[in-house]
Amino acid sequence: MEITVNHISEVIENRTTITISELLRYKNFTYKMIIIKLNGNVVKREESDSIIVSHGDNVQVIHLMTGG
Amino acid sequence: MPSFTEIKERLHTKSVGIAGAGGLGSNCAVALARSGVGKIIIADFDVIVESNLNRQYYFYDQIGQKKVIALKENIRRINPNISVEIFAERITLQNLTSIFSTCDLLIEAFDQADQKMMLIEFALINLPNIPIIAGSGMAGFGETNSLYVEKFDNLYICGDGATEVSDINPPLAPRIGIVANMQANVALDILLKGEKNGDHC
Repeated sequence: MEITVNHISEVIENRTTITISELLRYKNFTYKMIIIKLNGNVVKREESDSIIVSHGDNVQVIHLMTGG
Repeated sequence: MPSFTEIKERLHTKSVGIAGAGGLGSNCAVALARSGVGKIIIADFDVIVESNLNRQYYFYDQIGQKKVIALKENIRRINPNISVEIFAERITLQNLTSIFSTCDLLIEAFDQADQKMMLIEFALINLPNIPIIAGSGMAGFGETNSLYVEKFDNLYICGDGATEVSDINPPLAPRIGIVANMQANVALDILLKGEKNGDHC
């Protein structure tokens, strides 16, 4: 399937769906302080095991770091 | 394109919320005030200490004052025609909506990553029509060209997306000032063109 992750097209082979948690591991996004959006809607951390990403979806992962 | 007169007239009718009055918030507020944004709503519970003065828009004789009170005074000295509304309290999920719901846009100007995350996540869900301009990654010095703006729908992130504050990467005036002014610059672009027109980056 093909999805968009942070504005860039991403092909995930041999899968028709993937959970947000699996996608974070797949992309090696190990940061703790992140905001996740799926098709414009915020995904809470506790929902990331159950929310499913499908072909054509748009995922945004925004990493926040200390400083200001 | 609007003329300078039209720009000033338009900005005078706008309202910007700023969550946090530290390095990002104080410098961003001053840039917005100098530009003539008509109303600025600033919330922060903190008091000025000497170590803030390496980057925050305060003065030595203001040490010990509440940041929002000192910032309101500093803005008044720059432009007394701007309305500054202040909340000298900690921003929580309980009061965030009521403080900022009337703003045209919201500047995230917290320091700690977990606080940034909490604020942005809550505001995206509870104030979905208010664009948010946040800062992430601005520690240390140099690397000027690594600072950029990235748009995620109506959330804009300014910074390098990489440098976290630490002992070897301290918060310093130039990079934090650049990011604070990037936030103000994105704000002006949204206020003058409308959120739907252009990517504002």
